[in-house]
Amino acid sequence: MRRLRGARLPHNKNTAGSAPEALPTPQIVRIPMSMHIGAPAKPVVSAGDSVKVGQLIGEAGGAVSAPVHSSVSGKVRSIDEYDPATGQKATSITIEADGEQTLFEGIEPKSIDNAEQFLDAVRESGVVGLGGAGFPTAVKLTVREGAKLDCIIINGAECEPYITSDTRTMIDDARLIKIGISLLSRFYKVESILIGVENNKPEAIGKMEEIAEGMEGVEVRRMPSRYPQGGEKVLIYNLTGRIVPEGGLPLDVGVIVLNCTTLAAIARYIETGVPLVSKCVTVDGSAVKVPKNVIAPIGTPVSDLFEFCGGLTSDAAKVLYGGPMMGVAIPGIDMPVLKNTNAVLAFRRSDAKLPPETACIRCGRCAANCPMGLAAAEIERAFLLKKKELLELYKVGLCMECGCCAYNCPARRPLVQSIKLGKAMLRG
Amino acid sequence: MSDRNGNLIVTASPHIKGGASTNRIMLDVLIALVPAFAASIYIFGPRSALVVCVCAAACVLSEFVFEKALKRPVTVGDFSACVTGVLLGFNLPVTIPLWQAVFGSAVAIILVKQLFGGLGKNFANPAITARIIMLLAFSVTMTNWTLPDGVTGATPLTMLAKGADGLPGLKDMLLGLHGGSLGETCSAALMLGGVYLIARRVISWHTPVVFIAVVFALTAALGQDPVYHILSGGVMLGAFFMATDYVTTPMTWPGKIIFGAGAGILTAVFRVYGNYPEGVSFAILFMNILTPYTNRLTIRKVLGEKEKEK
Repeated sequence: MRRLRGARLPHNKNTAGSAPEALPTPQIVRIPMSMHIGAPAKPVVSAGDSVKVGQLIGEAGGAVSAPVHSSVSGKVRSIDEYDPATGQKATSITIEADGEQTLFEGIEPKSIDNAEQFLDAVRESGVVGLGGAGFPTAVKLTVREGAKLDCIIINGAECEPYITSDTRTMIDDARLIKIGISLLSRFYKVESILIGVENNKPEAIGKMEEIAEGMEGVEVRRMPSRYPQGGEKVLIYNLTGRIVPEGGLPLDVGVIVLNCTTLAAIARYIETGVPLVSKCVTVDGSAVKVPKNVIAPIGTPVSDLFEFCGGLTSDAAKVLYGGPMMGVAIPGIDMPVLKNTNAVLAFRRSDAKLPPETACIRCGRCAANCPMGLAAAEIERAFLLKKKELLELYKVGLCMECGCCAYNCPARRPLVQSIKLGKAMLRG
Repeated sequence: MSDRNGNLIVTASPHIKGGASTNRIMLDVLIALVPAFAASIYIFGPRSALVVCVCAAACVLSEFVFEKALKRPVTVGDFSACVTGVLLGFNLPVTIPLWQAVFGSAVAIILVKQLFGGLGKNFANPAITARIIMLLAFSVTMTNWTLPDGVTGATPLTMLAKGADGLPGLKDMLLGLHGGSLGETCSAALMLGGVYLIARRVISWHTPVVFIAVVFALTAALGQDPVYHILSGGVMLGAFFMATDYVTTPMTWPGKIIFGAGAGILTAVFRVYGNYPEGVSFAILFMNILTPYTNRLTIRKVLGEKEKEK
């Protein structure tokens, strides 16, 4: 079995030991209708409407989509067509909270008797891939006719530096993960359910081993702490030896991968009837005074999170959704917490400024460290030469943008940026 | 808080970078060359240091002047020109007239490197190519071999080619106490530097090991003394320091093996059948030219890659 490469990163799991604290209800939340891959949800409320926690405010906009629920009780202030930060067309609903956090009527535990009801519940819960991808979970859990599913992987790798929200889910919500696993083994006839956790989370591994005990076919797998262990294809290969084919899905090799927090959110919905309206977020980075894990209503401006964590240093210069390897730099701190936001990191200017790029010396470190076996330097050259056929030859489409190439590049080339642009060039 | 909104830095991921840098790599190469440099001074005297320093200074200056003249960013701080200069100096006889050394340095940096776009863009190894041009242009001074005892004489390779007697012993071969280019004779020091580069993961073992092994095997098969062949001439210097140049050699490990094997075969063939007693530079230049094709031929299979439908 070939060993997949990657990067040895500083872990910086500073918040692994701090149990999440609940954020006081924010005064205002802005909830985007597109926090998932697929069609945006369609608003079902209007400005001026009163809403309660867990009330549907956006219905799924298509087959691949997810419903959106209010995370606060209060009054809809406006429905905006444009994202105020990016100027792009993206509908969002702004709600003024009344601070009461009154639950929506009719929220009650779900009784699940068959696979269909389970899938309906997942669909109604509004849960999407919480590891970061945001793919609607109900779509992922729909096993198409003829697929031979025999293994479900619970992804607790959490290989990005800083982020510990999945770690905390495994420690604090182990019970929910157990409920989730029982549901999965009831409705999916699989041979094994594997829980993959990187070995830098001993406490989480302990909890997972506790819940796995006595559950048939459930197994905890310790994995080396080598980024990008949690990348879907990497995880599947390292745990099962199976290779997801180019352009294919994990289901093509009989596997479904679910993030551990995603599974816990499904279990919470079935147990309480409260859909996905809040999220545990790791707030860390060199510009955050008191790093913490915070449970925040979805739509909370990230500035509220920073305030709750002692504020930002005056030289804060970069704010990310997610980890430093694959996270997205956001233009302003009024951006909201999304369903799939697992961390909000802020960095001081000295850490945010990357060293200047120099000429590629063709050392080959990008290719040698790519888990997929891609040659980033060649892809970058193809992109700079605007040669589509070379981009295809070097398989730019198979890149998962984990960033190991750019991390290891001695010339500090912006390889991932070139790859993203190369993909866009191929799309036309 | 709102005043900060417009000032956040937005870049593509990743947002952190590892510690590797081009100048650290070049510095490692320079460190790896120190033992052979010290040996050359011991063997050939202080003029050896003079020649190497003149080459290094001339290379750095050529790069500086060229980049200034073309209003390009000055990149002498990455030490790559310095590496080229030291390697070129190592490839010259200690008696080389200094103006010729300067000429060679300018050829290496301006003609071979900068005219093709600078660092990372040249297809041929600057030091090797400059050495070949000097060998053709100044064939007398470039083959004026001084022995450690100060008299002029033949290199072990010349002796091997002519079947002459008086080959130095194995110990002298390892320590470099024989005629040759000033930096290439001390095999032990070069190997020490090579091991350092492999240990620091600056280079991989593939090219040098295959290169040396092929020269050994092929010269033995052709009825020559293989030990003398790998310990003399430019094999050690070429295998560890020139055939591992990132820019002009393949990126993939199968490509590196092809490069090492090809350079090894050509070296042996040029030495045994060619007019010149030495063939390492020609072999490496030859393989440099093939490098883009070797790279293309040895693209790594991507995880999950579909076989091409025909």
